[in-house]
Amino acid sequence: MTTTVDKAAALALGDDALVLAQRLGEWAGHAPVLEEEVALANIALDLLGQARVLLSLAGDEDELAFLREEREFRNLQLVEQANGDFAHTIARQLYFSVYQQLLYGELAAGDGPFAPLAAKAVKETAYHRDHAEQWTLRLGDGTDESRRRVQAGLAALWKFTGEMFRPVEGLDLDAEAMAALEARWLAAVTAVVEKAGLTLPEGPRTGAWTAGAGRQGLHTEPFGRMLAEMQHLHRSHPGASW
Amino acid sequence: MSTSEWPLWEVFVRSRRGLSHTHAGSLHAPDAEMALRNARDLYTRRNEGVSIWVVPSAAVTASSPDERDPFFAPSADKPYRHPTFYEIPEGVRHL
Repeated sequence: MTTTVDKAAALALGDDALVLAQRLGEWAGHAPVLEEEVALANIALDLLGQARVLLSLAGDEDELAFLREEREFRNLQLVEQANGDFAHTIARQLYFSVYQQLLYGELAAGDGPFAPLAAKAVKETAYHRDHAEQWTLRLGDGTDESRRRVQAGLAALWKFTGEMFRPVEGLDLDAEAMAALEARWLAAVTAVVEKAGLTLPEGPRTGAWTAGAGRQGLHTEPFGRMLAEMQHLHRSHPGASW
Repeated sequence: MSTSEWPLWEVFVRSRRGLSHTHAGSLHAPDAEMALRNARDLYTRRNEGVSIWVVPSAAVTASSPDERDPFFAPSADKPYRHPTFYEIPEGVRHL
């Protein structure tokens, strides 16, 4: 057991939350219906709250969010993937929220330095997971078009899901614990996908180029543009406030 | 997917234990489960509630504005329907 927070771990978890919050925030003004826009913004704000706490543990939250270069971010490649259509976003939410809830559940149950934070966040992630599952069921069981779109989203993001279960530097979860987490994740996702009348994508969930790459600062093409949008205001007007 | 295809729901929120559910507003949702979730996001994100009801707006029978007079007007000229009409007799205690 460690008593002090490991900064590398805080950065990894904080970056996951920050980057996904930014992605979900992009839906503001663009969601298919007003009610869903509010739902996605709420989830984004929950994640932003988590990111602020975690990044503050790792250093100055604003500096970390706005002044780091792409290669210094430690988030999973999954969360930086572009929103695509609504079904694509829901597929990303399903993969990530199930993972995040299982991970925070583990951390909350332990006695490590992240336990108090995880205990609070796990209630939020439970709702994120519920939101993603409800929508996966409805899109899968909806029209031909909604089924086709959500199936395409699940397939496109499948190759980014293996990275989630590599041990995170600084967390008390070794390869064995992460493998157990992965088995639970796979069972949970499979259950939702099958209940929705969809099929679990085939193919590798990790490859030479995705294996733990995001956690080491190697990111995919869409990330640079997302980062430019997220950071440009702060970089153009350093120290500005309102 | 457009909002017009989704039915309207009326949302009732109970703010605290012991109080009754009060009408908070309305929203669109494809079904009751999603209506409940949308209501949670729209109306209870700032600790406003401990319980939510959603009711299909179509299930609400409302009095018609055209019937306002027959429904509500007659009571105004019958002051004896209000307790203040009656004088309290002398000597009655504990009233």
